[in-house]
Amino acid sequence: MNQEPLWSIFIGSALINNFVLAYFLGLCPFLGVSGRLTTAFRMGLAVTVVMIIAAVCGYGLRWLLAVLNAPYLSLISLIAVIASTVQVVEMAVRKFSPALFRALGIFLPLMTTNCAILGSVLFQSNRGLGMVQSLVFAAGAGLGFTLALVLMAGLRERLGLARTPDVVRGTALTLVIAGILSMAFMGFSGLGG
Amino acid sequence: MSMGAAGTQTAATDGSAVPATDEFLKGVWKQNPVFVQVLGMCPVLAVSNTATNALAMGSATMAVLVLSNLAVSCLRQVIPPQVRIVTYILIIATLVTIVDHLIQAWSVELHRALGAFISLIVVNCLILGRAEALAAHSSPLRALWDALGMGTGFLLALFCLGAVRELIGSGSLFGVSVLGPQYQGWVVMMLPPGGFFVLAGWLMLFSWVGRPAHAVAAGLPDRASELGRKA
Repeated sequence: MNQEPLWSIFIGSALINNFVLAYFLGLCPFLGVSGRLTTAFRMGLAVTVVMIIAAVCGYGLRWLLAVLNAPYLSLISLIAVIASTVQVVEMAVRKFSPALFRALGIFLPLMTTNCAILGSVLFQSNRGLGMVQSLVFAAGAGLGFTLALVLMAGLRERLGLARTPDVVRGTALTLVIAGILSMAFMGFSGLGG
Repeated sequence: MSMGAAGTQTAATDGSAVPATDEFLKGVWKQNPVFVQVLGMCPVLAVSNTATNALAMGSATMAVLVLSNLAVSCLRQVIPPQVRIVTYILIIATLVTIVDHLIQAWSVELHRALGAFISLIVVNCLILGRAEALAAHSSPLRALWDALGMGTGFLLALFCLGAVRELIGSGSLFGVSVLGPQYQGWVVMMLPPGGFFVLAGWLMLFSWVGRPAHAVAAGLPDRASELGRKA
């Protein structure tokens, strides 16, 4: 069992090893949904919620597979669990907040193929985190993802007003900004040991 | 789902015999998954810090892509349309598990270097995208050529990134020193920001040389909104 303190796990997954800017996970929504600030924020929160639920399910699944002695099934069962979690969250959001459901639109079901979520569960199992540690890790990863998405959206909203050369317009410019953000986040390394 | 435009285009031409070489070259150049469609970016950036890692990751992805395209194409009459996405994902997950174990058996060192990113091939948008856009309604032979082309395009793109990052970052290629011992490596190129910068550089180079005219003709919509729909 990993004995890492909780605050260090949280800072680690949110800032030092930010999912988008250090692990390159969840780049598709990062490039796709970061056009507007409000959408970016909501998307980030939805991913955080799914990550936390998936962390609990993932922990249970790890235990179950250890009992059954079938580790080779982990990937297949994880992806099935994530797909069903996303489905459940989608139904819950539709029931309790139709407005949010409409705002998120297609991004909600497509979260199944968001590598940030599968990645977060895989990292938890690779590092042998316990139940509470997994939860903290998922919360940190989700908030870090939200932070990166919101930062990017803010920058891109301002950038829309700027005159940019044709050659860099589009994905290339977004990637350069992401690179600079990523360099800024490297400044966090060493924080919390 | 991801390539609406490309999907309808291939659907329209399906049935008529498409030369295998065209099918192959389409993936390598005209619709290069990384440089033109901007698909499957996560592994592209994450494990392209050296040429060796890039080649290994590209080959693993290509193997899964070829097998999944073949499997989906062979089973296309059997899979009920309502649960097709789940079925595709389960097929892909099974194949990835096999590839993961093969790599581990072949080279533990490589397995450690690629880490969780082998498992993450499951959620590579490129593979699911090809299954949905082409393999679901094509003959196995056509699906095979398409997968080979797309896989080669992906592999080439990964190699382009990995080679540049390794060359600038440590002055070597495949671990062999190229620029001599006095070369001071740019460490940042081996680190995450380098991945973003090098990919941006390649994209700029391609748009400077002239965005492939066929990409415009194929009606590929604005990349940002395209990615947005796929997420």
